[in-house]
Amino acid sequence: MAVCIAVIAKENYPLYIRSTPTENELKFHYMVHTSLDVVDEKISAMGKALVDQRELYLGLLYPTEDYKVYGYVTNSKVKFVMVVDSSNTALRDNEIRSMFRKLHNSYTDVMCNPFYNPGDRIQSSGSVSLSRAFDNMVTSMMIQVC
Amino acid sequence: MDASEEPLPPVIYTMENKPIVTCAGDQNLFTSVYPTLSQQLPREPMEWRRSYGRAPKMIHLESNFVQFKEELLPKEGNKALLTFPFLHIYWTECCDTEVYKATVKDDLTKWQNVLKAHSSVDWLIVIVENDAKKKNKTNILPRTSIVDKIRNDFCNKQSDRRSLPLFSRCCSSSRTPWCSMTSWTPSSLSMWSTSGPGVSVPPGALDCWVFLSCLEVLQRIEGCCDRTQIDSNIAHTVGLWSYATEKLKSLGYLCGLVSEKGPNSEDLNRTVDLLAGLGAERPETANTAQSPYKKLKEALSSVEAFEKHYLDLSHATIEMYTSIGRIRSAKFVGKDLAEFYMRKKAPQKAEIYLQGALKNYLAEGWALPITHTRKQLAECQKHLGQIENYLQTSSLLASDHHLTEEERKHFCQEILDFASQPSDSPGHKIVLPMQSFAQLRDLHFDPSNAVVHVGGVLCIEITMYSQMPVPVHVEQIVVNVHFSIEKNSYRKTAEWLTKHKMSNGIINFPPETAPFPVSQNSLPALELYEMFERSPSDNSLNTTGIICRNVHMLLRRQESSSSLEMPSGVALEEGAHVLRCSHVTLEPGANQITFRTQAKEPGTYTLRQLCASVGSVWFVLPHIYPIVQYDVYSQEPQLHVEPLADSLLAGIPQRVKFTVTTGHYTIKNGDSLQLSNAEAMLILCQAESRAMVYSNTREQSSDAALRIQSSDKVTSISLPVAPAYHVIEFELEVLSLPSAPALGGESDMLGMAEPHRKHKDKQKTGHCMVTTDHKVSIDCPWSIYSTVIALTFSVPFRTTHALLSSGTRKYVQVCVQNLSELDFQLSDSYLVDTSDSTDLQLVPLNTQSQQPIYSKQSVFFVWELKWTEEPPPSLHCRFSVGFSPASEEQLSISLKPYTYEFKVENFFTLYNVKAEIFPPSGMEYCRTGSLCSLEVSITRLSDLLEVDKDEALTESDEHFSTKLMYEVVDNSSNWAVCGKSCGVISMPVAARATHRVHMEVMPLFAGYLPLPDVRLFKYLPHHSAHSSQLDADSWIENDSLSVDKHGDDQPDSSSLKSRGSVHSACSSEHKGLPMPRLQALPAGQVFNSSSGTQVLVIPSQDDHVLEVSVT
Repeated sequence: MAVCIAVIAKENYPLYIRSTPTENELKFHYMVHTSLDVVDEKISAMGKALVDQRELYLGLLYPTEDYKVYGYVTNSKVKFVMVVDSSNTALRDNEIRSMFRKLHNSYTDVMCNPFYNPGDRIQSSGSVSLSRAFDNMVTSMMIQVC
Repeated sequence: MDASEEPLPPVIYTMENKPIVTCAGDQNLFTSVYPTLSQQLPREPMEWRRSYGRAPKMIHLESNFVQFKEELLPKEGNKALLTFPFLHIYWTECCDTEVYKATVKDDLTKWQNVLKAHSSVDWLIVIVENDAKKKNKTNILPRTSIVDKIRNDFCNKQSDRRSLPLFSRCCSSSRTPWCSMTSWTPSSLSMWSTSGPGVSVPPGALDCWVFLSCLEVLQRIEGCCDRTQIDSNIAHTVGLWSYATEKLKSLGYLCGLVSEKGPNSEDLNRTVDLLAGLGAERPETANTAQSPYKKLKEALSSVEAFEKHYLDLSHATIEMYTSIGRIRSAKFVGKDLAEFYMRKKAPQKAEIYLQGALKNYLAEGWALPITHTRKQLAECQKHLGQIENYLQTSSLLASDHHLTEEERKHFCQEILDFASQPSDSPGHKIVLPMQSFAQLRDLHFDPSNAVVHVGGVLCIEITMYSQMPVPVHVEQIVVNVHFSIEKNSYRKTAEWLTKHKMSNGIINFPPETAPFPVSQNSLPALELYEMFERSPSDNSLNTTGIICRNVHMLLRRQESSSSLEMPSGVALEEGAHVLRCSHVTLEPGANQITFRTQAKEPGTYTLRQLCASVGSVWFVLPHIYPIVQYDVYSQEPQLHVEPLADSLLAGIPQRVKFTVTTGHYTIKNGDSLQLSNAEAMLILCQAESRAMVYSNTREQSSDAALRIQSSDKVTSISLPVAPAYHVIEFELEVLSLPSAPALGGESDMLGMAEPHRKHKDKQKTGHCMVTTDHKVSIDCPWSIYSTVIALTFSVPFRTTHALLSSGTRKYVQVCVQNLSELDFQLSDSYLVDTSDSTDLQLVPLNTQSQQPIYSKQSVFFVWELKWTEEPPPSLHCRFSVGFSPASEEQLSISLKPYTYEFKVENFFTLYNVKAEIFPPSGMEYCRTGSLCSLEVSITRLSDLLEVDKDEALTESDEHFSTKLMYEVVDNSSNWAVCGKSCGVISMPVAARATHRVHMEVMPLFAGYLPLPDVRLFKYLPHHSAHSSQLDADSWIENDSLSVDKHGDDQPDSSSLKSRGSVHSACSSEHKGLPMPRLQALPAGQVFNSSSGTQVLVIPSQDDHVLEVSVT
């Protein structure tokens, strides 16, 4: 179960960020923002690898006392960051990987929507039908154990 | 355990601890395979799938195999890395289903249950194949069936666990990068890394322990690596530094070391507990000067020592983060530091960290951190007494929707409280950017074209969207206006402004995307426009090009908009022209504010700045973009006269529109237009003429009666009273009188064959209407000079005439062609002889008195000429026809008829030419290719007439004769004329005198062929002075030409024509040459009685080829 899921644009501003409502939202914003340092580091290290061999999944970005922060980067340099509870041992690398893949697919659907302007925030308040599917998918990832 | 990495063998990491693997089941079996297993296993390279995006590695691993015991399994909450059994193996060589069912299955189930109870999921069941055993037993099933059974019984739910990536899991479960890097695991960390210790500890004890662990690890690393190695591995160690800093901070807060007053007694008690809990320092570090233990003890012992250690750690961490480019992490630690400084009442030290962090969040557009940091910054600025900065941050926070309503109101109130304070220096303004306070949404001009004349009133309504959570009373809202005069530009002339600037008057301002980073989307797109500058005098194009309207947006410095937190150098412009609106209360959300201004000086006014003042606080929008302008113009009074239709038609009443643009002139009572009458143009005065009076913007209108008085020379139109900058419009009917003599100029004698073509050509070229210009001079009340206006009228008709003959009977045909777009009704057509000879009679053959003539159509009129005695050599005719537009029922005035004068000469028939073709003797029909005889008879129809008296006439014995030349020409190439095709005959000038000519012609085609043309010319002798020799030569030449032609199979029609042109050239142009001259007889004098006759030609029998030419 993820406690925070964020989609971050190539330019590092958040396109979408949602965290469990029971916890302090701000804390996760700071956490995700800080994790971009490691994302950047990993991307720049990856830059040398050939494009087709590139691994989109960045793995664990860094652990904190209570959470683990995982990263994923699309070919268009959109980043996905997921924060999971450290105590949740059921989530291993493979599960996180598949969650990111699901997230990526759902994000691709949003991008394919002709009414979505690339670079716009994916807001549940904005055009409802546009982001509803994405939002629902994020909700499912934040509730169920994958 | 030896773990060696393949391509780089020099680096060999060693571990004294091997991963524990337990063995259950058949112990004897395991003992038998153990030596092989322990030897072979490390040789097999394993793939180590590593986390954190690192590439997989191939490693060789050894394991510590121990017998399975339940005690080995870790209890919940008591997991240790080194004693943790990573894999559980069950060994069996069972190959008998009975044995399996009886014992092995049961044993396996027990083993599984124990594992499950301890939530151990990594296990392996090994079935060893034994060939010897297989042979002894008879009821042995294939080994696979046991595997299948086991799989069914134990693996079905976890089928993916069958191939267990044992060692990869073992390695990836190391939770911290530094552990995997150094391969040295401190015991304390392994404790920490297990999740959630169930031991109850005093608050802060864990923090102490983590702090110590981190520092221990770091010290250990420092001890075994040199400086460069440490530096190159900062990325791995900095996390520990940061973690230690964080823990020390929380300890400091817990123990009251971060407050201004220092710790209270409760804090001290807690500190004592913690220090006691640390116990005695371990002996190996007890004697060293520096140790994590000593550091912690010291830090907790006093406020000053804590500060020193905390600052040291923080700075070191920030420095390390910065050095490896982890700016965000550095800023985040910096924010903690700022918080610490704020607690220590040192806001001046906190500010730089807060600003740094905020700048970072702004640049990347992280709204929540922005809001949070701004809130901290506001507090900091308040403490520092940075009034301007504080107010600006407050305004940003008051408009921040991430804050609660209460918080927003608080910050808004902070601004209002400051604004309401009596200022110590009156007139001192605090200038803040408007964006966070209110946003300009749209602007609307009234009049909507944003053009107003001098003295006119202009309204500008703006929509301001207040971002404040409460209504704010604004003393005044001011728009600074820049004034410029562009006298030389045609675009700024009154005509252009009043006609062309037809916008809807609403300008929308793009909403500011404040939280977005500046680097990307916010850059506006190029706004390119075509630009045409025209000459003000003749409207010709002077300059053209492309202009970029928002160049100032594109070329401005990028940073300028990001430094929202700084006093952004917004300067108040003080201009002479301002629009002001006082005492406005801006409600949250949209507000309409209206500015009214009376236009004074003509020119262009550009709205530059928008300011709103709340007490001494001024919110300023430094640039209004897109550019908003309005124009003030002054205008000279003008009169325009233009036809309502595309073109005016002569002869019928036409409407003409008068437009008086008053400009700065006010039309007083009694002002009138004086029109000097043109001769052939009437101004028709109607009983009820009305004029419309509009304002220049066309928004208001009224109508007034128009008084028109006409005298012989002058028509006076009294204008209705109208204020300046208005337009008076009225229509008048004018009538251009058809001017009779000008029209009959082209007298066109329509002949029989050749002139017909000529007529066609003329039609092509002369298709437009004949025009007449009338000039009217008008005296206007505002000027001493007369205005001359030219009106062009087009004559709607074109008339041609023709003389038609039937033997000696003569007819005059008049064709009236309507060139206009209108339909007309023609009536009362007359043709009169102006010479008024009583002998001549014109009998109309037209029946209808009324005749419609549609647009682009023609109507023909025919009269028969009759006379009793000798006809006159020429006839002067005048054709007249009444006409009126077909659409209009009734006309107020009677219109003059349309007239056309022409002259007809030599219209009496003198000769009748008759041609006949006979088939060869003995044949019934003419055949192609066989010679037929052509018989031409030329008959004189009258005795000597006046027209015969010319050079060709010769008299002998009172008999008159004249010389004629005939010519047989077949332009359609149906016939080949054999022998002489022309000849000169002497024709007696007496009635019934007949001359016959025989010649032979050959039909070239079968069918009904028209007869060849027979042409008759008057053969005039050459002047006596000319030599006759030349004359004869020229004839020989001509004849030979024609003979040559007849020798050809296909007579060349062009050469025939060219011969014809030789004749005409002789007759008309080369009069000086000593040649006999040929003169074509006027068409009226020769009547060809066989014209139109056809003769049947049948194909010759041996003609197999039928030529068909289709053109």
